[in-house]
Amino acid sequence: MTGIVAVIDYGMGNLHSVASALEHVGASDVVVTHDADMIRQADRVVFPGVGGIRDCMSEIRRLKCDELLTQALTQQGVPVLAICVGLQALMSHSEENEGVDCLGTIPGEVRYFGSPLTDAEGARLKVPHMGWNEVRQTVAHPLWAGIPDMTRFYFVHSYYAHAWDRSLVAGSVQYGVSADAALARDNLFAVQFHPEKSAAAGLRLLKNFLEWNGQC
Amino acid sequence: MALAKRIIPCLDVEDGRVVKGVNFIDIRDAGDPVEIAIRYNEQGADELCFLDITASHEGRDTTVQTVERIAEHVFIPLTVGGGIRSVDDIRTMLNAGADKVSINTAAIHSPELVRESAERFGSQCIIVAIDAKRVNDVEGQPRWEMFTHGGRKPTGIDAVAWAVRMAELGAGEILLTSMDRDGTKNGFELGVTRAITDAVDIPVIASGGVGTLDHFVDGVIQGGADAVLAASIFHFGEYTVPQAKAYMAEHGIEVR
Repeated sequence: MTGIVAVIDYGMGNLHSVASALEHVGASDVVVTHDADMIRQADRVVFPGVGGIRDCMSEIRRLKCDELLTQALTQQGVPVLAICVGLQALMSHSEENEGVDCLGTIPGEVRYFGSPLTDAEGARLKVPHMGWNEVRQTVAHPLWAGIPDMTRFYFVHSYYAHAWDRSLVAGSVQYGVSADAALARDNLFAVQFHPEKSAAAGLRLLKNFLEWNGQC
Repeated sequence: MALAKRIIPCLDVEDGRVVKGVNFIDIRDAGDPVEIAIRYNEQGADELCFLDITASHEGRDTTVQTVERIAEHVFIPLTVGGGIRSVDDIRTMLNAGADKVSINTAAIHSPELVRESAERFGSQCIIVAIDAKRVNDVEGQPRWEMFTHGGRKPTGIDAVAWAVRMAELGAGEILLTSMDRDGTKNGFELGVTRAITDAVDIPVIASGGVGTLDHFVDGVIQGGADAVLAASIFHFGEYTVPQAKAYMAEHGIEVR
């Protein structure tokens, strides 16, 4: 029994892929919603996001998803998985859209990859960072179970998170800079990549999330 | 340690069926896009591209249902192109489960569509498709022009300048097809591939003309492409995606 998995929908893009992937790995009851009562009843919460951070933040606040998320993380204490812009929204501030204040759940900033961006050998790197890149697992965590270190996941983003408390970093990715690919604190796990688009490795991470009790 | 170069099989879909089919061993239904998508996913394809060549309105509804079914079964990025003309078309495909849409002719008629859709849905899901054909300038130097209608209709627009403009308007990726090479199996047109990859900061997918595994290598190393798209070389079982990846890896290219 995986219980009720609530995928928080604040109206920014298609969340069916996330829901389908969760169902594919065994979630029997996935709801895509921003309804407060439904999220309060959830046994697990997924906080996804695509698009620009300014529009995301304004919808998150308008629909009071920030309060629901805080409640899930604290009073409910259920496992929470943030994905892509969901992760970025957790940080303190983003450089995107001329600068946007975010939720500050994880102290840190979201920076532009920069242009021109180059790798260690000086070769030019394209932005957005789009495609399959290797994630270094910087801590052992139940969500990495069965996934070898340096497995490739699918990324697509032009801005990257940098947590100020480096002990919260659970995975990193190299793309001209060292970007935070995964952050973990208590019952929260956040990933910059898209597990729902990362084939077998991504599905394994989602399965691990469904089996996670929220302890590190 | 780097971002992998991507291999993207591309399927033509008409009225919800894969046109010309796919010649895989023991496939049950060579025309079923879902079964084929599952196979390519199992082979390790990095993304999938569906080009909708359906003419009728009813057929396009079928395509939407097809995209929905694929998105329920295949968990790698999915691009849908062909007949994308408006913000509503884009929303429909994204809601159906496409991760990206490829805009072609509509971008020429209305470049604002690229800006508007990138602002609304994010650059990451807006691919601009460029069909380029070589037309030499007065001094006989190569230049490439945008063509529409399957390469029959010139637009007078310089392909490299167009790519730069599309990137400025918010396109997240360029899908470059050489109309001189498409279907020839003679390899990518490397001149225009290199010219565009050098000119823009966004990723470029090279398409049109793959006939051998060396062509993939050339597209990445000489053309500078971030991803390579191919159809018949995979569909008719000449090579598998793992064979293409192994060959690219032997030539020093990072693959997944």
